[in-house]
Amino acid sequence: MTTTPEAAVEHRYGPYGGQYVPETLMPALAELETAWVAARADAGYREELNVLLRDYVGRPSPLYLAERLSEAAGREVWLKREDLNHTGSHKINNALGQALLAKRMGKGRIIAETGAGQHGVASATACALLDLECIVYMGAEDIRRQRPNVQRMELLGATVVSVESGARTLKEAVSEAIRDWVTNVATTHYIIGSAVGPAPYPAIVRELQRVIGDEARVQILERRGRLPDRVLACVGGGSNAIGTFAGFYGDPAVKLVGIEAAGEGIETGRHGAPLTVGGQAGVLHGALSALLQSPEGQILEAHSVSAGLDYPGSGPEHAWLRDEGRATYVAVGDTDALAAFREVSRLEGIIPALETAHAFHHILHGDGGGSEIDLLCLSGRGDKDLAEVLARG
Amino acid sequence: MASTDTATGTNAGAERIAAAFANKAGRAALMPYLMGGFPDVETSRAIGLAYADGGADLVELGVPYSDPLADGPVIHEAGTKALAAGATVDDVLDICGTLAERLPVVLMCYANLVLARGVDTFVGTAVDAGASGLIVPDLPLEEAPEILAACDAAGLALVPLVAPTTPDERLRAIGTRARGFLYTVSVAGTTGERAGSRESFAPILERARAATSVPVALGFGIATPDAAAAAADAGADGVIVGSRLVREAAEAADPPAAVRAVVTDLAAALRT
Repeated sequence: MTTTPEAAVEHRYGPYGGQYVPETLMPALAELETAWVAARADAGYREELNVLLRDYVGRPSPLYLAERLSEAAGREVWLKREDLNHTGSHKINNALGQALLAKRMGKGRIIAETGAGQHGVASATACALLDLECIVYMGAEDIRRQRPNVQRMELLGATVVSVESGARTLKEAVSEAIRDWVTNVATTHYIIGSAVGPAPYPAIVRELQRVIGDEARVQILERRGRLPDRVLACVGGGSNAIGTFAGFYGDPAVKLVGIEAAGEGIETGRHGAPLTVGGQAGVLHGALSALLQSPEGQILEAHSVSAGLDYPGSGPEHAWLRDEGRATYVAVGDTDALAAFREVSRLEGIIPALETAHAFHHILHGDGGGSEIDLLCLSGRGDKDLAEVLARG
Repeated sequence: MASTDTATGTNAGAERIAAAFANKAGRAALMPYLMGGFPDVETSRAIGLAYADGGADLVELGVPYSDPLADGPVIHEAGTKALAAGATVDDVLDICGTLAERLPVVLMCYANLVLARGVDTFVGTAVDAGASGLIVPDLPLEEAPEILAACDAAGLALVPLVAPTTPDERLRAIGTRARGFLYTVSVAGTTGERAGSRESFAPILERARAATSVPVALGFGIATPDAAAAAADAGADGVIVGSRLVREAAEAADPPAAVRAVVTDLAAALRT
């Protein structure tokens, strides 16, 4: 799965991926792929992005040895501090890269979907910086539980559109963004926020997020003189995970572990863990991948206390990594994630995003698998989740 | 099992569709869209029969789906309500069987429902239910080979869509693989009633016709007898009307009678 500047972008990961979208969008996907292949080979684009990542986002993000957490876990735990990025999560890496790409493509109108609000904030930020119009689709339920991020987006000049269909969360927000794109495709670029969607999106998002894994690999070798035994990340659609994992694809001894949302419990069916559960693959939002569906093929609603993991699908590359045995996926439930949120706050003075709290629970209380060194992508900070967590006691 | 002559794209389903276009009552074949199972299974069956009574030449029968990316709010909401009322794929296929006794039925079904059942099984049950064609709105050319092969083998016409954004070369590639008819989308957008944009009908239809040997039907946004007549005047072999009729079914006290009146007016506009 290596890419060279000349090569096209992969459309399939084993059987997964593809482009299951209305015909109207197919030329736009081809245009996007052409523009992306040209941009990533263009030293000017890379330089512009790298300067912004350094001076505006604050990259490289630190790699931090969490000593009290390590003591509690019984092994070294290193945190890749994406929570310290400007806007507070890893989402800015992808949003800036795609906004710059949109600018190159001459598209002045940006649409984005958001669940937890972090991708919406990142997109609104990139659009403010680059003077692009920004419309963010967000489920009404997520607007309720992620209020501070809605206010942030509006302050940044974005228009937040409340999506009222279905369970009014991330799945519906993505669907509504795709419908907008079908209608306004000539003027609009869709900055998809996760490693999902029709090709070439999963590949673009991975390439823009792999700065996490590439930096972390260099940093752990510098600091520790060896690679970690495990690299871990939470997985909703899976963008922080795929970006972190990608840095270690060439290191087969490094175990890759994705942590999904078990919601109210896998056995209740109310969860967001399609990779963990397995089951027949299906099409959602333009790609064939692991997803939650009825026997007839109707997409089911996901359930998670964390808006960013409340998604019934998964990135197609994750489904392939799972099938190939390169990565393993486990799930952590709402109650455990909420406990880890408080635990990590007290142990390290870091309030993590609820999404990442799922992964922290696995590190602190799950099967260590004999690992002596864990490296976790701390994908975002948890300020946005305070109201939701405190309301639950 | 019937099979398809790949040179001409003809099979049993395609032949029945071709006959409907050849024997159409008006200047263009009228193909109303029906959301299967909305507002409930039996009412939607009655609505389909009312389409036939009102003068439809073919019917497009939608299978409700949880995430219909190509549909605007009216059809999306109808699908959501059909699912909430318990409609299943088999219910819609049963409606298909009833309607196929009266006129050719083209199923409109999103890709995941086809894949979930298994492509061969889905196509086989559709043929058994009397369907003549299948439209999969999220199955572009690149993803179509497996489903096209299964449809060809079973005698079901896989009807592709082309859009105003489709480049000429791609249009030809799609046009040569079209079975039954070429579903020509009139505007970049989702399904839904729209005013205006009629001046673009003729160039859009001309481009589509140059790319295929099968009939060309125009859909998305056509809601009124005037617009249907304008599509026929612009050279459409067929006219597809969806959201207007689904809205009527949603709002009317007596949906079958109400949609029959709308279809009658549309048919009349195509005959004058």
